[in-house]
This record gives sequence, structure tokens and C-alpha cells, in this order.
Amino acid sequence: MSSGFGWLRPEKQGIYLPTVDAWIDPSIAVARALVTHGHSDHARGGHCHVVATAPTLAIMALRYGETPAAQAVDYGETTELGDGISATYLPAGHVLGSAQILLERRGERVVITGDYKRRPDPTCPLFVPTPCDIFITEATFGLPVFVHPPIGQELDKLLDALAERPDRCVLVGAYALGKAQRIIAELRVRGFADTIYLHGAMERMCALYEAHGVPLGPLALVADADLDDLKGKLVICPPSALGDRWTRRLPNPLQAFASGWMRVRQRGVQRGIELPLVISDHADWEELTATIVEVAPQETWITHGREDALVHWCSMRQIRARALELVGYDDEDEM
Amino acid sequence: MERFAHLLDRLIYTRSRNDKIALVAAYLQTTPDPDRGWALAALTSGLDFPAVKASTIREVVATRVDAVLYSLSRDFVGDTAETASLIWPRQPTDLPPPTVAEAVEVMAGMSRSTVMAELSRLLDRLEPDGRFALIKMATGAMRTGLSGRLARTAFAQAFGLDVEEVEEHWHGVKPPYASLFAWATSPEGSAPVADPFQFKPFMLAHSLEGEEQLDLADFAVEWKWDGIRIQLIGDGETTRLFSRGGEEISGAFPEIASAYRFRGVMDGELLVRGDLQGGEEGGAASFNALQQRLGRKKVTAAMIDEFPAFVRLYDLLIDGGEDLRGHPWSVRRARLEAALDSLPPDRFDISQLIGATDWAELIQLRDDARAQAYEGLMFKRRDSVYSPGRKTGLWYKWKRQPLTADCVLMYAQRGSGKRSSYYSDFTFGCWTAPPGDGGELLPVAKAYFGFTDEELKWLDSFVRRHTTNRFGPVREVEKTLVIEIAFDSIHLSKRHKSGLAMRFPRIARIRQDKPAGEANLIADLMAFVS
Ligand SMILES: [Zn+2]
Ligand SMILES: [Zn+2]
Repeated sequence: MSSGFGWLRPEKQGIYLPTVDAWIDPSIAVARALVTHGHSDHARGGHCHVVATAPTLAIMALRYGETPAAQAVDYGETTELGDGISATYLPAGHVLGSAQILLERRGERVVITGDYKRRPDPTCPLFVPTPCDIFITEATFGLPVFVHPPIGQELDKLLDALAERPDRCVLVGAYALGKAQRIIAELRVRGFADTIYLHGAMERMCALYEAHGVPLGPLALVADADLDDLKGKLVICPPSALGDRWTRRLPNPLQAFASGWMRVRQRGVQRGIELPLVISDHADWEELTATIVEVAPQETWITHGREDALVHWCSMRQIRARALELVGYDDEDEM
Repeated sequence: MERFAHLLDRLIYTRSRNDKIALVAAYLQTTPDPDRGWALAALTSGLDFPAVKASTIREVVATRVDAVLYSLSRDFVGDTAETASLIWPRQPTDLPPPTVAEAVEVMAGMSRSTVMAELSRLLDRLEPDGRFALIKMATGAMRTGLSGRLARTAFAQAFGLDVEEVEEHWHGVKPPYASLFAWATSPEGSAPVADPFQFKPFMLAHSLEGEEQLDLADFAVEWKWDGIRIQLIGDGETTRLFSRGGEEISGAFPEIASAYRFRGVMDGELLVRGDLQGGEEGGAASFNALQQRLGRKKVTAAMIDEFPAFVRLYDLLIDGGEDLRGHPWSVRRARLEAALDSLPPDRFDISQLIGATDWAELIQLRDDARAQAYEGLMFKRRDSVYSPGRKTGLWYKWKRQPLTADCVLMYAQRGSGKRSSYYSDFTFGCWTAPPGDGGELLPVAKAYFGFTDEELKWLDSFVRRHTTNRFGPVREVEKTLVIEIAFDSIHLSKRHKSGLAMRFPRIARIRQDKPAGEANLIADLMAFVS
């Protein structure tokens, strides 16, 4: 198997472009970084020059402070990197601002998906499948047991739980970047107009989403509410706050967790989850495999996740595939 | 099947006992016969499908799924039934999902040659949750934390019945319990006629707390024997033995079953011979010796010789065909004494009454109980009818003083329900040798009660401030906090690394004054093994 084109090679810390000294989603601070999206395993702080979509840059600024040289690109816009290499950012459908990066040089095409999903999401445009020679994909849910149900089915469970318990609140653990806002936006699309209460750690990211044109409807902070206000309400917190002392200010919360991992019962039971919601911003097994077939690359590289099964699946279909051993991709957003 | 799957799913995620009961009760109320009866049997492991082995599931999946993809998935998920239910690639079918009754019927009819094809066809008709329920049902491994007692409580709650009344009739009927549901749901329904020779729910005792003073003139006093409670049922031909949970254990104690030639039902304590608990006039060994006989389905002649079992009788429920349970204890006791003559004395004796007349004497007896391996004292109202369950004011148990040990907090896990934000389930250890001599801590007890609300808050905050490691939901803490653990007794156990298992451990005191290095050694605990 080739190690790529001469102008692009996988390193432990990310995908590297040696002729122009640029990295894609590096796990270390570098001079020039092309960043797919704002999750911390892809967007690290400390780079000198960052190329990303405007929302991704805003998310990074919120988390790490301003980057000295931030270069905003629009979806579909092509940026010249030097040595004849160009980068085009395309929607990945993962979270606000998330992009795949298409790299081209003299007719050779490489797509780096970052994290992606194939389902519609009111907070970001739909993934655009793009033909290429080398397809560098994630595999967070790269096992055939992971088939995410339609989000409507999971939200119905959530709404039923709310209606069933007017004296309690339903506390949903959801990642502060992406999952939380998607759930809120999806509920608004379904006509849910009630105030949704937030853990303090959610506030600024929700405001950022709204500033980028994603309306989230009436929101309030748990800190500003009385115990009685919260009865029968939906409360959203980061997963780490589930079962935390913070929850003692809530009226007998029913603990829910919105994550693709909730497909496996033991994952939820271990954490004391009462209402598992299988909602993921990653491609499930069927999307991962169908996308490889659709993009039809000469080679597939797998950045992170459960890569063994996907490599094996490719080998059964005579598709050339390899797992990159990248370090530091740890899925802040899903584990 | 889908409703049953939904129930199963919710039971798995529900930790509170009352919520579990409410879920099962709602299901029983709203599900037609015979599905609800089969579901109840499945939940309480009352179903067995011999054609379906644990390996069958793997083999069925292998007919449709690549072996490598399956094994990678199984490794990640950690449970065969769940992996199979998630990974199963459905083939289209026009058939609707099976009802529980249909699934039971099909599975009961499977043979080794048909099981693969028939199980596949059932799986094709179900969504992942339904497939999970079906596989769990097929392999008899529900693990929902649903005991038979809890299921019967749910049944009683669903139909507004008294749980003891349900217990009374439960043991004579077989899945799908048609007569039981008919009785429970028809307004003027009469109870199914109870067979005198079926398991009867036990009468239980309340704990005697503190200095509660009973009028001793009203009560008979007996030792509380440290064996296991059993019920003996002889119908004139065969004898069956039942444990407290209603499980039949005749096979484990054949020498008792064959020696009981009595037509009627008796209540007593199963013990093995020894020189404690009664001493020279026919003593019994401590609970440890009895443990050698428990948990074994088959028993060898050598075991029977080495640990001969006998029953110390204390009540007579059915004499011939006559139900004595409505009579006062004193009447039943007299009938029991009369019946004793017909039983061989090496296998059966009677729980002698203690003639103590004042509390000073009783307190002395209780203080000495441990030395003789008694569990404590029993007080039974002389006029008490034999009423199932735990009725106030009739029977009391007064347990011997607990043992205590100073242990070091090692791990903590969050509780459930109202305690879900508190680290309230603790694991404690003792030293293999003094820590200065290279000793390490090994877990000796898990405890999650015995503390006040204030102490719980303090412990929770200690755990959060001294966490050194996390394993999923479990936190490891700095090994600095000594807790005094009270426990009833301690036993050898192969299942624990320390080789010890405590009975009824609870937190007695937080010993902030004590350095961890001065906590007890495992060897100190070994000395308590009786
Ligand atoms: Zn991500
Ligand atoms: Zn990622």
C-alpha cells in the first residue's frame, strides 16, 4: 500500500503536507493548521495560523482565545496553500462549521472527512459526498452494531418522558458543542416551544450558535431558576455533570444521555442513565460503509475510532484500506 | 413481543424497586392473556427452552454475519444477546412481530435440528429491542433484578390484591398462570382452590429494636438458629423442601426428604450436626458448615456423611389435610409436639422454648449467643396466627450484637434514585500485613447503609476530593479513611480475593481519628470465622 502522494503523508500527530509545512487537525501546536471542526480532538489551541470555517474559528476563539492569524473560508471556497496544493472546505454535516477538506494537486484528490454524519441537521448543512483518490475517514462508530435510529424516534422518547413526569425534570447529558444545540433545534423544528434550561457550561456555545444563525428558542439558566420552575422541564447539561453534585438543585431529575454509545445498554446502565437517547453526530456503520462505496476512492485511510472492523469490511470487498495510527484523537464529543 | 421488549428495556434502566414494581404492574394491567403470564414467567426465569443453548445464539448469527465483524462487535459490546440483537441483518418478511405467547410456543417446539431456522425466522420479525428480549427469553438470562417476590408484589399491585394472598396461590400454578389472572381480574372471582400440599408463604419476624419492652407473659422465646429456614411438604407419598424464597431444594438434602414421613407441612431450620447451637442434647454446627451443603444441586454420600443435615422444627402449618394456620401459635405448638413422635429423631427435633422470665436473663442469653453460634433470640406471641409476611406485633427477632472491624475505604460508586448524585456504595479493605511490612489492602466488604444523611454528605465529599482513579462508574480513593464496619458474621469465600465474605456489613462509624495503617489485618478477620 502506498503511503500517499509525495505531497501528503500521515504522521502520528495528524495529516501533514511537507512541501508547504501545513497540518490537518494536528494534535500539537503548529505553524499552520487546517482545522475541520471545533471539537477539541480536532481543534487544538496554540497554532499560529489556522484555516477553518468562520464558525469553527469562532468556536476556537471561544475556547482558546484568538489565533494570531485566522483565515476564514466558506464552504466551497478554494484556498491555495502553495506548491500547487489547494484546499476546498465542504460540508461534513457533523456540527456547526464542520467541514471536510478536499486537497488537490495536479489532478490528485484527497478528502479528509474530519467527523461527519449523513443525516439532516438543522444546525449545519448536509454532508457532500466528493469523489477522490484517497478518502480519509473517521470510524468512531465503526462496528456493525452501531446503527443510529432516526432522531425523531429518540426525541419522542424524550418528549414522552417529559409528559409522564410533571413533578420531575428530565436532565439530558449532551455535549456542549453540537449535540446540545442540535437537540434543541430539532425540538424547535417539532414545535416544542417551552423554555429549555441550561447548565452554565452550555450558555456561551448556545449563544455562539444563535449568533451564527441557528435559532434555539427560549433558553434559561438553571442557576437563575427556582426548584419549582424546573418541574416538568427539560434541562441540558454536559455529560460530565450527570450524577454530579450540581444535579441536587434539580427536582428529582430523570437522567438521560444523548449519545451514539447509548446503543449499547451496558454503557448507559453503568453510568446510572435511566433514559438512553441514541443520538449521534457521527456516521453510523451503514453510513460509513455506504459513503466509502459512494465516494469510490482508490484508497481509504481511517483516522480514528473502531478502525479494525472497517478495514476488515474493506478487505472483504477488495477496497484498499489502512488504519492510520493517529494519537490524541479521543472523541471529546462522544465518549 | 414489542411491549414486552419495551418493558424489559425499561426494567434494565430502572434501579428503584418501587419503579420496577410500577412498570411490571402497568404491563400486567394492560396486556392480554396469555402474553402477560408468559412475560411474567420469563422475567422470573420460569421458562426453559432446552433446544436453545448459549452457543446457539452465536451459531445463528454466524449464518448471516461475518465472523470477524461479529467477534469485534462482541468484544466491544460485552454481551452475546445484545451483540446478536444489534448486529442481526433482517431478511424481509411479511409476518408481523410474534406475540410473547407465539414466541414461547415456537421456542418450546424447537428441536436441535430446527432451532437455527426457526430462531432466524423469529428474529427476522423483530426490531433490535424485540430481538434482545427474544434472545434473553430463549436463553433464560433476563437479569433484570426482578425476584419472584418483586414480581408477585407487582401482580398484587396491578390488581389491588394483598401480596400475601397472591403468595398463597402463586406456587400451585404454572405459566402462563391463567387461573391466577382469572381470579385477579374477575370482580367476583374466587381464588383458585389452594392445594394444601403446595408451598405456603412464610411468616416472618420484625427486628426488635433498642429497649422495646415486650410483655414476656404474652411471648414464647426460642433461639434464633443460624441455619436456613425451610418448609417441608409431605403429601403422603413424596416430600419436597422449599427455601425461604420458595425455591425447591429437595435435591440438595435427600436424607431429609426421605426421612420426613409425615403428611403435612412444617416450618423449621435446616442445620448440620455439630457441637454448637444446642450443645450436648443434639447440637448443630455454625452456618459455615451448612454452607458446604448449600448451592450444590447434587450431593454425594460422602458429603451427607461429613455434614449430616437435620431440621429443628418450630411450626406446624398443615396437619394431615387440616390447615392450622388460623389457630394460635400455642395450639400449633402442641400439635407439633405431638407430631414429632412420628419423625426420626436423628433428622428432626424441636426448637426448645427458653424459660427465661425477665429481661436481665434474656440480655445475658443474647450476649452469650455468639459463643454458641446462635443468631440471637426469637419472640413469638402465644396467640399469633400463622400469617404470611411480616406483620407487626406478632413475631420478633433479636439478633446478637454485631462484630466490628476497622477497614479502609478503597472504592466508591454512586447510588441510585435519590442517591444518584452521591457516592454511597462503598468497598472497604483490610491489610494483608501491616503496611510497613509491605502489606496491601484487599476488599473485604461492600456497604451502602448505616450512615446518617450528614455522614453521607461527608463521605461523598471525601470521595470527590480524594479520587485517585476512575474505572467507569467506580472511583478509587486515597487509602486514608478508616471506617468501622459492623457485621453479623464472616465466612470463608472462594469468590473473594481476601478469601472472606461478611454477612450484613454496614457502616458503624467514621474513624477520622485513626490512621489507615492501624486498620485491621485480614488475619484479624480470619479469627472471627466461626
Ligand atoms: Zn467531532
Ligand atoms: Zn473526532
